[in-house]
Amino acid sequence: MAILRNELRPFSGARYIGLTGFVVLAACLGYGQTTNSCLDCHSALPDPLGVTQEKFSQDIHAQKGLTCASCHGGDPTSDDPDKAMSKKAGWKGEIDRKQIPELCGSCHSDPAYMRQFNPSLRTDQLGQYHTSVHGKRFAAGDTKVAVCTDCHSVHDLRAPSDPRSTVNPLNVANTCSRCHADADYMKGYSIPTDQFAKYSASVHHQALAVRGDLSAPTCTTCHGNHGAAPPGVDKVQNVCSNCHAFQAQMYEKSSHKKAFEAASLPGCVVCHSNHGISHPTDAYLGTGPDAVCMRCHTPGDHCDQARAGLQSGLSQLDEAIKSADQVLRVAESSGMEVSEARLGQDQARDSLTKARVTIHSFRKDLVDQDIQAGLKTAAKDLQAGKEAMVERNYRRFGLGISLIAIGMVLAGLRLYIKKIES
Amino acid sequence: MSFLRNLRNWLDERLEWDDLIAPLRKKTVPLHRLSYWYFLGGITLFLFVIQVLTGILLLLYYRSGANEAFESVQYIMTRVRFGWLIRSIHSWSANLMIFTAFAHMFSVLFLKAYRKPRELTWVSGVFLLFLVMGFGFSGYLLPWNTLAFFATKVGTEITGQVPVIGKPLMIFLRGGEEVTGATLTRFFGFHVALLPGITTLLILLHVLLVQRLGMSIPPKLEVQWTANPSEKREMKFFPNFLLRELMAWYAALGVLGALAAVFPWNLGVKADPFVSAPAGIKPEWYFLFMFQTLKLIPPKVWFIDGEVLGVLAFGLVGLLWLLLPFFESDQPSHMKRWITGLSIFALAYTASMSVYGYLAK
Repeated sequence: MAILRNELRPFSGARYIGLTGFVVLAACLGYGQTTNSCLDCHSALPDPLGVTQEKFSQDIHAQKGLTCASCHGGDPTSDDPDKAMSKKAGWKGEIDRKQIPELCGSCHSDPAYMRQFNPSLRTDQLGQYHTSVHGKRFAAGDTKVAVCTDCHSVHDLRAPSDPRSTVNPLNVANTCSRCHADADYMKGYSIPTDQFAKYSASVHHQALAVRGDLSAPTCTTCHGNHGAAPPGVDKVQNVCSNCHAFQAQMYEKSSHKKAFEAASLPGCVVCHSNHGISHPTDAYLGTGPDAVCMRCHTPGDHCDQARAGLQSGLSQLDEAIKSADQVLRVAESSGMEVSEARLGQDQARDSLTKARVTIHSFRKDLVDQDIQAGLKTAAKDLQAGKEAMVERNYRRFGLGISLIAIGMVLAGLRLYIKKIES
Repeated sequence: MSFLRNLRNWLDERLEWDDLIAPLRKKTVPLHRLSYWYFLGGITLFLFVIQVLTGILLLLYYRSGANEAFESVQYIMTRVRFGWLIRSIHSWSANLMIFTAFAHMFSVLFLKAYRKPRELTWVSGVFLLFLVMGFGFSGYLLPWNTLAFFATKVGTEITGQVPVIGKPLMIFLRGGEEVTGATLTRFFGFHVALLPGITTLLILLHVLLVQRLGMSIPPKLEVQWTANPSEKREMKFFPNFLLRELMAWYAALGVLGALAAVFPWNLGVKADPFVSAPAGIKPEWYFLFMFQTLKLIPPKVWFIDGEVLGVLAFGLVGLLWLLLPFFESDQPSHMKRWITGLSIFALAYTASMSVYGYLAK
């Protein structure tokens, strides 16, 4: 820190040695290097014109060898501001917001150009942008909507894989929320601004931000990124099914699909909501405050009876697993080897998970198959736990008998010693 | 009773039994308020015999391969009749044996029983303690569970810190650069063939020396009894002392059975070399004082690597420990005080570092 505060006091000769070294180093570095005179001035300017060397060096473009002139034009090799920023040198000045997508696209939509930096990088971003709500509104003259730099930032733009990037999966929701959670900014668009608040409380956010599971969904996973748009009522299950494939398969064949389509209801969202998806529980099938079936169905009807049967089956298996777990836990804490039964419990839990997935078929016969398989395994594990406890008691009884026998031998030996020594 | 007498006569005619046990009949054991410390060596020997017997039984089912070891121990514990008991006794007995070996060593130290002419008894005893710890280290890996795998990894890594011979020694112990199935195979070999062979020979030498030189008398008592021989009290080794030793063995058997039945030795989770080490991994309790010391040494001491310094220091202490009797006076009235002080410090250090290591995260 003393160096930063310039508090170091080197010996006097060091000053001259340092100066000579600096001159030699500067000469060496300067040889054959292109000058970027833009940063010489702009690093000293206040925002929005200020761009420091430190900031720009973080930018992926700077790291790939591009300079200010790549976007802004001009002649960065000239120290004369008039020459450097002359129209003759192709200087464009501040990029008009209306030109940003096309300017970025001039490179990013050119596969031949982009291949030299990263052959696997997509080049359809601009095309996608034109199909997005943002792009359509932008084309219609609405400049408030997002353009490339709003999401990716500018002058310190990082690769999405960089955790500090504004479009890294961990930061996407925050980036979107800068506009979409701002009620004043969104005024006039007639869409809600509570998505971010709801998402922050959702099971998806929990998985992504808390558990660090980068495969968990964020805004762009469901809405797309460059082609961002609401999925649409009839397409919701196609979005969810990208991850929840088995649930989607079950739902596809279910009676609910036709009913929801007929009523123009948005599939998965009807029961699970969209941005604020909470962890589903068996209580969804119940009649309490968390119940979802009874929002549409009438108490006592055929579907209500089916719902009760499904919930009862799941509860029965859940209870059976918990009972077996409890006995196995006691047996294990008593030192009994019950790892096989523990493994069996994992299978029973898998059956319960499978039954919960099969619920999306809304067919009791299919759900019952999984529940019966789970109940059978849990019963076997419970029996193994009980047998382990019987074995434990048998061992302790055996120990008691052995200790009595050992005690008797000890007493006999003591008496014998006493006898021979008396 | 006549059958037993006939059998004894029959054996006597062929083995000259009476002549064989005649020296034992003549042998005596000093009788004083600290005589019970004499039982510790016998208890350690008894536990070693238990180890051999239960070890042989475990060998009937144990398989020493990375793909089979864990499953075979699991099979022993769940399917083989009384397999759980044999394995638990083997594990508990191993720990008790190391404990009684340490206790025996410190009792010998504090009673000054290592003095001339018993230097070789001490040296063979210290070697036996090292061997017993070697048994613990090699046996710990055999069930091939996660804790054992990583403890062996850390332990062999520490061996690798020894200058010059460390790296080749580590590769020799591991059977390669890493702890793999090859390590398990050779640890099994050390545990069931090499170490038992050497240990049995050393035990024979140790017991022979004890029988030959007799029991040591604490220095103060020796001075007292030399000055006033009428105060000297003794007990016949056979049968009086041996019967008492038998009682100690029976008591040890009771403790062992209780531990095995109430706290069966845990099997743990099968080792997976591709997962990261569990947090806060520690070696077995008898290595904790060394492990904790190594952890407390700074990474660099002057220009020497901290771990290297620690390993060298322990090597030097071990060597000096082995040669301790040669620094002691043979005159009971001229005992070296610093050796007693050192013994107290060693006990306090070992115990406190072990507790610290156990509690430390």
